[in-house]
Amino acid sequence: MRIIPLLISAAVTTGLIAALNMQLPSGKTKTPRLGFFLSPQRGFWQNAEPADVSFDKDIKIAGIKNNAEVYFDDRLVPHIYAENDIDAYFIQGYLHAKFRLWQMEFQAYAAGGRLSEIIGESMLPTDKYFRRLGMVYGAERALEAMSKNEETKQAMDAYTDGVNAYIGSLKENDIPFEYKLLDYKPEPWTNLKTALFLKLMSFDLTGQGDDDLLYTNTKNFFGWETFKKLFPQRADSLNPIIPKGTVFEKPSVEVKQPANLDSVYFATDKNVSNIIPPVVPNKNNGSNNWAVSGSKTKSGKPILCNDPHLGLNLPSLWYEIQITTPTYSTYGASFPGAPCVIIGFNDSIAWGVTNAGRDVKDFYELKFKDSTMQLYWFNGAWRKAELRKEIVKIKGKPDDVENIAMTVFGPVMYDKSYKSKNEDGKYYAVRWTAHDPSNELKTFYKLNHSKNYSDYVDAISTYECPGQNFAFASVNGDIAIRQQGKFVAKWNRQGDFVMPGTDSGFLWQGYIPAKENPQMMNPSRGFVSSANQMAVDSSYPYYLGKASNFAVYRGYIINRRLSGMNNITLQDMQQLQTDNYNVLAEMVRPVLLKYIDLKELNNDEKKCVEYISKWNLKNDINEKGATIFKLFWDSVYHEVYDDEYAAAKLPLFKPDRATLAEALLKDSNYVFADNINTTYKVETMKDVVITAIRKILPVIRDLEKNDQLEWGAYKDTYINHILKIPALSRLHLPIGGGDVMINATTANHGPSWRMIVEMTTPVKAYAVYPGGESGNPGSKYYDSFVDSWVQGKYYPVLFLKKQEARHNARIKWHFTFVKA
Amino acid sequence: MKFIVSVILIALLSFTAGLFVIFPWWSFAVCAVIVSIAIPQKPYKSFLSGFIALFLLWGALAFMIDNKNQHLLSTKVAGILPLNGNYILLILLTALVGALVAGFAALTGSFVRKK
Repeated sequence: MRIIPLLISAAVTTGLIAALNMQLPSGKTKTPRLGFFLSPQRGFWQNAEPADVSFDKDIKIAGIKNNAEVYFDDRLVPHIYAENDIDAYFIQGYLHAKFRLWQMEFQAYAAGGRLSEIIGESMLPTDKYFRRLGMVYGAERALEAMSKNEETKQAMDAYTDGVNAYIGSLKENDIPFEYKLLDYKPEPWTNLKTALFLKLMSFDLTGQGDDDLLYTNTKNFFGWETFKKLFPQRADSLNPIIPKGTVFEKPSVEVKQPANLDSVYFATDKNVSNIIPPVVPNKNNGSNNWAVSGSKTKSGKPILCNDPHLGLNLPSLWYEIQITTPTYSTYGASFPGAPCVIIGFNDSIAWGVTNAGRDVKDFYELKFKDSTMQLYWFNGAWRKAELRKEIVKIKGKPDDVENIAMTVFGPVMYDKSYKSKNEDGKYYAVRWTAHDPSNELKTFYKLNHSKNYSDYVDAISTYECPGQNFAFASVNGDIAIRQQGKFVAKWNRQGDFVMPGTDSGFLWQGYIPAKENPQMMNPSRGFVSSANQMAVDSSYPYYLGKASNFAVYRGYIINRRLSGMNNITLQDMQQLQTDNYNVLAEMVRPVLLKYIDLKELNNDEKKCVEYISKWNLKNDINEKGATIFKLFWDSVYHEVYDDEYAAAKLPLFKPDRATLAEALLKDSNYVFADNINTTYKVETMKDVVITAIRKILPVIRDLEKNDQLEWGAYKDTYINHILKIPALSRLHLPIGGGDVMINATTANHGPSWRMIVEMTTPVKAYAVYPGGESGNPGSKYYDSFVDSWVQGKYYPVLFLKKQEARHNARIKWHFTFVKA
Repeated sequence: MKFIVSVILIALLSFTAGLFVIFPWWSFAVCAVIVSIAIPQKPYKSFLSGFIALFLLWGALAFMIDNKNQHLLSTKVAGILPLNGNYILLILLTALVGALVAGFAALTGSFVRKK
């Protein structure tokens, strides 16, 4: 034996293996364990699915009551045929796990503030934020409520068992790609994770409440009178969900306004919060839905359409599925992470949802005796706060512990120990309906089983958070819509700003009874619709929340289009859902152009104005006019307001684009047109518009040089992988539309599921979503629907009875679940 | 002859060990040590036999998987690793990583019996 060479080469070998067996730092992140990751028998190569893969499988499994079949069609959409509900949800869990395990677990980690555990310290601000917001607290309370109901308890248990049956069958080489990349392993699923995921949706759709802090700063900065001008309460162009002029019943909840509002609430002497939340839901989170009655369709049967607008991600938020048992058969989009179909139809009804946008998240400023936060001042005495401990595990670091005081005003989210970006040493509690025990799953469970209008009403009437506009259509010919949620009965402006939290005067006083929520059925105009606009006009007896929570223009154009349509076909609806017409531009373009005197412009400026005036008002991919209008409009906006905001030291809230549009339409002397930095002159809109044009010329030149002046190239839509890794994302997608268009596709946000259902017998439907059924980046089904979605194409949905499925030409694969 | 037998044996044993999920990804290194103890060669030849065995084994496995996958995942991974989206480089890198470890493992084995 040659000792020295032996030792050296042994050291080199083990050193190499050790280095390849650990995560090495690479910039801000870490590499995978390269040896493992590259190993063809273990690592990522095992996730490279053969292009001609067969998904056929016989699965022997304990945990189901009867044998069951799953048929997969050519798009890999599963059609589950089970003998009972419990087995169906078990299989749904199994399939979600088989195709989307990493995503569903990652989302539950995110919602539960556990990302630091798998990614490391860089995620700590996000984790702390979600913990302090009370996401886990809310999920625990929701889980209690869901467990009290036998149907939802059984559905969740079966679902969780199904997920875990799949996880239990996983070998190391089969675990999804992203686990190998980030180097961790799946852990068992729990019902709490389902609850956490649903809270993530509540956050996404009602989480804008942190605006209250910015609103308060803004009010303090400008003073109450100016603030009111910058933030009017209602847009004139509003075309509400329930038509104007509808008479509402007298409210059954009387709301008492506190007496000292002017001095303690609207006053501006208090310099409040300078907090910038690390996570803010996208302002464009919203959706379109509508249903037209048979009187307006060619078939004589209602058609229902829905497209929820959410962040565009891969793997997609949605998983398309059919669930059939002897008692019901339903089809639609499901959430990997939860049982049931969330948006869809069955053989009797169809339903679709849009966000209600009502403000159900408010902040209170509390007074604590000292920084131990054991006692807070309430109604003239010290009251004991319970302390909730949240422990955040951090990869490679000691745990972080968050102590959260729980009060009658909710959890104290911001306190002296929470080092957010600009902490100001004050105590803010957050009162949010997502903290209250509620059972949203029950609504979807019941909708899946509904046969008619009264079943639908029964299903949604207990639904609480996030509030939604539930559109409905049935084969019986009924259409309906109802804004449903647990909405707070508020006095005007309650909760727009941080409220005093020292006595019960500013607490929520009650909730609006479900039957008083805005709703209508079979209206004479022949359609119902919603697009996140204010649901009602000012005659509705309850306060809806600040205007910036609501959209204006999509609802306006949808209602105009639907009013004019007759003999509607499924193809007409496809065109409507993908319509790029810009009604905001239609309204403001003539007003803006009116201020321009071409004689005062040079050739470049004239050319720019010409582009705008000749534009066909469509945000189609090849329209340069759309890009130039957008630049111009943004430039006008900044020219109008930026000077007023320039001196602000705290983060403020900016006016909506709609506010500017409304002001221009009715007011030729808009007070904010004046540039307050120029003392020698009072600028008017005419000055603003000319300056705005001049400022965008260099931008236009640059864009033109880079071939990015056409709207599609300028907007440059992309679908990000959840980890924001470009190589796993789809970039530079040529798709039109934008935030104020029916086709609400912005850069990384838009229609996350498009569905059109005609209530004929059998029910006919079309659907598409920007993703694919498989969550595996190594599968060709990972992004297989993206191109169709981009082109505005739809897939005819295969909604089959069990005996048809076996022989259908589009059915490609088959799972048999055999009871072990 | 010894050389070719060594190469084939290391590759075969390594592949077989890789089928057992209880073994770690580096089980092939143990195979290389064992084979080079069992079949004594000059150190550089041992190194080469380990190197070539795993270069061929990992390279071929990756190549076959990649071909069936129509380069879908390899192109993405080659975009995550600094390989410019080039799947051929990724296959070569895979082969090289296995080869280096197996080469040194085999070299270590050769010194056990060497006087």
